[in-house]
Amino acid sequence: MTLSVSLRHSFPGITLDVAFDAPQGVTALFGRSGSGKTTVVNAVAGLLRPDHGRITLGDRVLLDTAQRVVLPPHKRRIGYVFQDARLFPHLTVRQNLLYGRWFAPKGKAGAEFDQVVDLLGIAPLLARRPGHLSGGEKSRVALGRALLSAPDLLLMDEPLAALDEARKAEILPWLERLRDTVRVPILYVSHSHAEVARLAITVVMLEAGRVTRTGPVAEMLADPVSARREAGAVMTVQVGPTESDGLTRLDSAGGPLWLALSGMAEGARIRLRIPARDVMLARQRPEGISALNILECRVGEISVLSGDVMVRLAVGDEALLAQITPRSARGLGLEPGMPVFAVVRTIAVATGAPG
Amino acid sequence: MADWLSPDEWNAVLLSLRVSFWAVLISLPFGLLVAHALARWEFPGKQVLNGIVHLPLILPPVVTGYLLLITFGRKGSVGQYLDQWFGIVFAFRWTGAVLAAAVMAFPLMVRAMRLAIEAVDPKLEQAGATLGASKPWVWLTVTLPMILPGVVAGAILAFAKAMGEFGATITFVSNIPGQTRTLPTAIYSFMQVPGGEAQAARLVWVAIAIAMAALLLSEWVSRLVARRISGK
Repeated sequence: MTLSVSLRHSFPGITLDVAFDAPQGVTALFGRSGSGKTTVVNAVAGLLRPDHGRITLGDRVLLDTAQRVVLPPHKRRIGYVFQDARLFPHLTVRQNLLYGRWFAPKGKAGAEFDQVVDLLGIAPLLARRPGHLSGGEKSRVALGRALLSAPDLLLMDEPLAALDEARKAEILPWLERLRDTVRVPILYVSHSHAEVARLAITVVMLEAGRVTRTGPVAEMLADPVSARREAGAVMTVQVGPTESDGLTRLDSAGGPLWLALSGMAEGARIRLRIPARDVMLARQRPEGISALNILECRVGEISVLSGDVMVRLAVGDEALLAQITPRSARGLGLEPGMPVFAVVRTIAVATGAPG
Repeated sequence: MADWLSPDEWNAVLLSLRVSFWAVLISLPFGLLVAHALARWEFPGKQVLNGIVHLPLILPPVVTGYLLLITFGRKGSVGQYLDQWFGIVFAFRWTGAVLAAAVMAFPLMVRAMRLAIEAVDPKLEQAGATLGASKPWVWLTVTLPMILPGVVAGAILAFAKAMGEFGATITFVSNIPGQTRTLPTAIYSFMQVPGGEAQAARLVWVAIAIAMAALLLSEWVSRLVARRISGK
C-alpha cells in the first residue's frame, strides 16, 4: 500500500505546497521545525483540512478537495503516534491499548494484543494508569495503542522529541522492531539526523513548506547541500569477529573499522552513521596516530557551505562526508578523483537491517 | 421516626427534596449542552446566550418569578400552548416549583460544567478520533469521563441552590401546602404565624443538615472522580 499526498494550504506567513509518495516501510518527513511537517501529518490524519489537496492510501481516497471528498479522521484508519503520547488519563494502560480495537471494523485482522504487548515490552504496565508511567513507557504504550487500532498507515510525529537521550535510546530499538514487523507504510516526522538515519528507508525533505528533495536515506543524508549543518553519511558494513580487547571488526569497502559493540551477530550487516564534522582527511596514510578508524577513499564533489568545505568521499560505492575548513582544503590541494585517507573520530551505530 | 417533625413540616422537606431532585435531573442535559456550546463552539449570539443563562444569578429572584409567570403561567405566552397541546401546567403546581428551581440553579450548574469542559485538552479528543471513534463516541468515552468531576460539582451545587430557592418559587407558584410549599417557603410561613417559631427553627436545622450533607457529598464524589481522572 502506498500513501500519496498532494496538498496546498496557506497559513499566515507560510504556504505549504507539497506532494510526495510514501511506499511500504518507513518514510521520513525531514526538516527543521516550522517547515510544515506536522501540518502535513495532521492533514493526512484528517485533523486539519487543507485548502486544496488529494490524499490517497492504496485505492482509498481520504481527501479530494476537487471532488469534495473529506473523510473524517475516525474513518481514515490511520494510527497516529503523537509527540506527546496523548494517552487517556482516565483509562488503564490495557484500556488505552484496546480503545482503538473497539472501533476497528469487525473482521479486519489487526495486530494481536499479546504480540504487540510483547513487541513493546509493556506487559508489566497493563494494569497501571498513564499518570504513573515514565516518558519512555508512555511512548511505547502510545505506539501500541496506534498499532492495535488495525491501521492502514502509521503516522509518527516526532515520537521521541519529548524524551531525553537515555529514553530515546530505550525506544529506538522498539521502533526498529516495529518497522521490521508491521506491514503498513509508516510516515515518520523528525528533525533528527540520527533517528532518520537509523529508521528511514525513504526521506522526504521539507523546507519552508516545500519538498526540496526525496530519495533513499543514504543518498539524502550524504547530500551536503540538503543536509547542511548536521551532515553525516550512512554506511553499511559487515560485522566481523570481536577481538580479545572487546573491539569488533567491521568490514567496509574502505578497510576495517573498530568499534566496541555488543550483541551483534557476526556476519550481520548494520548501518553506521558518521558525522561529517568528525571526519579528518590526510593525503598519506597517517602513522603514529591514536585513531583506529582510517578509511581509504576517493575525493568526490567538493562544495563550500557557509564558511566550511564539505567534501564528499567515495568509499567503494558508498559515500562519506568530511567537513573541513577552507584553509585545510587549500593546504591539502583537494581535487575530485584524488585518493585520500579519512580518519573517523566518532561512529554512531544505526542498527537494524539496511533499508 | 417522623415524630419530631409534624406532617406539614415533613411535607415541606420531602417536597423540597423532590423538587430539587427533578430540577437538577431535568436541567443536566441542557446544562451540559449549553456549557459545551459556551466552552467550545463559536456562533453568533454566543454572548447573548451567555447573558441569558447568567441572568437569574443577577436578577432579583422575584423578577425571574414574574417572568416565569407571564411566560409559563396558565395564560402565559408559552404556558397556554403547553396546557392546550400537551396538558402540561406549571402554574401553582409542584412542577412549576421544579421549573423555578431549575432556572435559578442553571447558571451555577453551567458555570461548573463549562470550566470542566474548558479544562479538557482537545488533543485527547483528537487522539480518540484517530483511533476510530466518531464524535459522539469521543464525547462519551473521552470528554464525559474527563469532565465528570465538574458535572458532579455542578449538579450538587445546583441541588443546594434548588433546595434554598425562595423568591422565584413563591412568585411563580405561590405557597400552597402540599403543592408548592417547599422548605424555605414553609419556614417563611411558620414565621408569619404567632407561635410558629419552634417549627421554623426545626426546619432551619433540617435545611442546615441537608446543605452540609450536600457539600460533604460533593467534596467526596469529586475527589473520588478527580483521582480516577488524573490517571493516578
